[in-house]
Amino acid sequence: MENTIEASAPATTPEVNTDFEVRSLDAMCINDSQISHPWWYNLKYAAVGIFFGITLVKAEVISWFRIQEMFRLQSFHMYGVIGTAVMVGALSVWLIKRFKVKTIFGEQIDFQQKKFTKGNVIGGLLFGLGWAMTGACPGPLFAQVGTGATVIIVAILSAIAGTWTYGFLRERLPH
Amino acid sequence: MIEILKQPWPWYVAGVIAGLTVPALLLLGNRHFGISSSLRHICASCFPANIKFFKYDWKKEAWNMFFVGGIVLGAVIATAWLADPNPVQVAPALADELASYGVADYQSMVPADLFDWKYLLTPRSFILIVVGGFLVGFGTRYAGGCTSGHAIMGLSNLQLPSLIATMSFMAGGFIMANLILPHILSL
Repeated sequence: MENTIEASAPATTPEVNTDFEVRSLDAMCINDSQISHPWWYNLKYAAVGIFFGITLVKAEVISWFRIQEMFRLQSFHMYGVIGTAVMVGALSVWLIKRFKVKTIFGEQIDFQQKKFTKGNVIGGLLFGLGWAMTGACPGPLFAQVGTGATVIIVAILSAIAGTWTYGFLRERLPH
Repeated sequence: MIEILKQPWPWYVAGVIAGLTVPALLLLGNRHFGISSSLRHICASCFPANIKFFKYDWKKEAWNMFFVGGIVLGAVIATAWLADPNPVQVAPALADELASYGVADYQSMVPADLFDWKYLLTPRSFILIVVGGFLVGFGTRYAGGCTSGHAIMGLSNLQLPSLIATMSFMAGGFIMANLILPHILSL
């Protein structure tokens, strides 16, 4: 009896996407930790999010006006923010690689090579159009809602619909 | 101290904190900075619809949803306790241009003349919010990341595809802001 159940189990298990290229392309599921933690360990990521969210608001990265200035070359502000972030991030990544720094749980930190796809250009252009319309990339969209601009929830729902539509059309799009 | 924090923060402060988010997530659990993936996790958990792209163990990516939740909470904190009472300062050339479209409210960083429930069904606000939002979701996933995943994390890791994606983001933004947006705002 038990054997029958075991034999039928794999057939009912939903198909899990294990295609490494598909996964690495989208920067996810690639760093599977071998340690399993209780759910509240994830609160440390919420803490990082809080600092990041406060910064997005206080440095006006969520400002529709700042994004318009950036795309009209009317202000250095956003170029300064992104440029500094990349320099600090690049130095950090270099240090982590150079000294083989481990996570706080002693696990190795991995980096993947991204593979170029036509989506980097086509999707990038489409996202750029949307960025200048909403005045926000995904992080600031969430932060804008937090500042009380609740109508932006509609933009987020629309972004979720856009992501879903991409998943639906993915096989038919050039990559 | 609190008075200094209430003023708009300069770009170098924001840049350093945003840059430090990269090693913070790596050191806390080997996580790669990226926000648009959260939209995919929402699809995978709520509307997978048997689509291969949404069939993966999204629970393993729960950290990303906690991070996004933190961003919302951080924005609430910044607005509740660190708000700057002064109007948003913008470049005079931009203010002149926006005035010609009737956008003149500088009380909020999200202009109330465009992004408000009462205008949602007007042509220009509907296009900016609904079409704009759709393009952000569709485009970031097609590009494989957004400003955080490509422009900050990808460039920090010296990835050429991320540089190409970032240049494409900028190109799309320049085209929209300078060539198309004036027509939308005129609606």
